[in-house]
Amino acid sequence: MADISLQVNGKAVVAEAEGRTLLVELLREKLGLTGTHVGCDTSQCGACVVHIDGQAAKACAVLAHDVEGCEVTTIEGVAAADGTLAPIQQAFHEHHGLQCGFCTPGMIMSASALLAENPKPSEAEVREYLEGNICRCTGYQNIVKAVLAASSKTAGRAA
Amino acid sequence: MYEFDFVKPASLAEASAALETEDALPLGGGQTLIPAMKQRLAAPTVLVSLNAISELRGICVSEDGALCIGGGTTHAQVAAEAGAHYPALAELAARIGDPAVRNRGTLGGSLANNDPAACYPAAALASMARIRTNGREIAADDFFLGMFLTALEERELIVEVRFEPPNSANYQKFLQPASRFALVGVFVARYNDHVRVSVTGASESGVFRWREAEATLSTDFVPDALTGLDLSAEGMISDMHGPAEYRAHLVKVLTGRAVAQAA
Repeated sequence: MADISLQVNGKAVVAEAEGRTLLVELLREKLGLTGTHVGCDTSQCGACVVHIDGQAAKACAVLAHDVEGCEVTTIEGVAAADGTLAPIQQAFHEHHGLQCGFCTPGMIMSASALLAENPKPSEAEVREYLEGNICRCTGYQNIVKAVLAASSKTAGRAA
Repeated sequence: MYEFDFVKPASLAEASAALETEDALPLGGGQTLIPAMKQRLAAPTVLVSLNAISELRGICVSEDGALCIGGGTTHAQVAAEAGAHYPALAELAARIGDPAVRNRGTLGGSLANNDPAACYPAAALASMARIRTNGREIAADDFFLGMFLTALEERELIVEVRFEPPNSANYQKFLQPASRFALVGVFVARYNDHVRVSVTGASESGVFRWREAEATLSTDFVPDALTGLDLSAEGMISDMHGPAEYRAHLVKVLTGRAVAQAA
């Protein structure tokens, strides 16, 4: 096993992992960051989306050693240090953008990546961008509403 | 997934050397290979990540007008940067998988894998791409040998792909509703004196050129020119998502739509 050094949510991290360790396994099992979920483990559902150097990626389809030296942001790194929710999180809360909550970390990470590259998306653009995130509860309506609501507010740190 | 040694060389030369090990495999964006390794369909002894090799990434236009895209360039980069020179290719890249997959998956990885339902092989074949590897250059017509089969030798890596941008082009993708792969995809490219039509998702032999349609459309580039053509269902993929006859029918319908868009 070899060491991996990377930045996770702004902090330098060193962890030991096998070659086959997935990024999502590193986050959940080695670093205790269980907010990133494993839904399908086949890169379909999007529950494991994190940001790698600012870009959305499915952490179940990325090897931990391949992000050596990268900056990874997970759902735990989205809110402010004092716990104040980011605008996108607040919007999910206000618009009831979740029911069981399992897909929510991935939804938030995908939505914040969208708003970072396109701060004022249309409804169609929001739906298209969330194509790789599956929700089995909400029917997506309130998720889309929440992303659109967040987009109309001043862009926050992660949204 | 079985354990392997992970290496991440910084140059093409080092990557080639690392691939000398028996049962070593190169890793592009990993959006196909990692799921395949989880299913134990692939089990390399050494996995050679190409993601730190900067010479594999980037898009440029050559002096002879070809669009040159590094093998390690992600779908997201192609979608964002190729539009000015080859809009149909950028549009195709923008519809592969989903945004998170496009941020990782690469052009070279897609071509080397040659999934029978992948989008890029159709674009490469229709736009007379030349595939430059770490040893030679292969014309797209000689590159795709069948389902998941290419002319690449062991340890051969796709360094760059040179597309010939046509006068106009269009890609029509009929989505398999669950996987969002192409149930059938048709890429039509119109050049000064000829037209190329390539089809993905349909054939048991992988991507192919529909030469009858090419001949007809080269004379008369309108959807109606296809009316008299009949593509045989023989050799077409038949599965729970659509029988062979359905796929053959879709090829014709999508070709017509692509022509209407590109005309």
